[in-house]
Amino acid sequence: MTVVERREIALVDLLDRLLAGGVVLTGDITLRIADVDLVRIDLNALISSVNADVPSPWED
Amino acid sequence: MTGLRYVYAVCRPFGAALQSQLTGVAGDPPRTLRHRGLVAVVSHVPEADFTEESLKERLEDLDWLAATARAHQQVIDALTAVTTPLPLRMATVFRDDSGVRVMMEEREGDFLRTLDRLDGRVEWGVKVYVEESAGQDGRGGREPAGKPASGREYLLRRRARTRAGEELWQRAEEFAGRLHGTLADRADDARLHAPQNPALSGATGRNVLNAAYLVRRDLSEEFVELVDRTKDDVPGIRVELTGPWAAYSFAGENPEEGAA
Repeated sequence: MTVVERREIALVDLLDRLLAGGVVLTGDITLRIADVDLVRIDLNALISSVNADVPSPWED
Repeated sequence: MTGLRYVYAVCRPFGAALQSQLTGVAGDPPRTLRHRGLVAVVSHVPEADFTEESLKERLEDLDWLAATARAHQQVIDALTAVTTPLPLRMATVFRDDSGVRVMMEEREGDFLRTLDRLDGRVEWGVKVYVEESAGQDGRGGREPAGKPASGREYLLRRRARTRAGEELWQRAEEFAGRLHGTLADRADDARLHAPQNPALSGATGRNVLNAAYLVRRDLSEEFVELVDRTKDDVPGIRVELTGPWAAYSFAGENPEEGAA
């Protein structure tokens, strides 16, 4: 995982909008993804990559 | 070129050209596809990445997800510079141009209404965090330095810290509620997103408000100043502003879409 620059938009802010916002189209002409479960992504991919690079800030 | 059509946004026809160095998702430059009174902004993506099964897999791949999200955002950003785009949900893909046209025709009325509602407006994100460590050095007095001399002293200190934390938490909730009310009054619309997980954001502190506001461009400066002024109001509470964004959080016409 590349280190996100401070000036760059945080990925999490982007995903709030790209995966929860925007017009959702329905119908069989689309191959859209219906509802991406961000929690699942979070658990499977994000946590491991976050933990690898960054010490957890809330750890006692 | 073959492949599927990835649609970023729908807009009213606009005169300006898109930046020539814009690459889009999967490296293919976006182009416009006009159908009657609307324009879709489209690029080609390989079928292998965007069938429903492979997409689910790809979305678990953080590098792929980040690259795709940023490419999508860059196109929307470029559009925001020349028009008011109606962003589509990330990874909205059609088989071919004619599929895109059919979709535009079917949804024409909705799109035009939503574009009118968003016209000349941008989205601002406002987040409020409680600094978890602030209970100790904020109010509630200074914590004594050094190690506790006994188990009893340790417990006393811990209790004091918990109490300070609870007070701060309550102040933060009141603050966030007040701020949201003030900002929503100045905005045309507001949405609450779920608070962000610190593991994802890497931010310190707990996210108690994660809101989006739809604000007219010409009133945005005032809105930003208003947020800025609240920043140092309460010790231990941090306010963060992001934007301007295209109106992602306000693109849905159904009340449940984009709402928290």
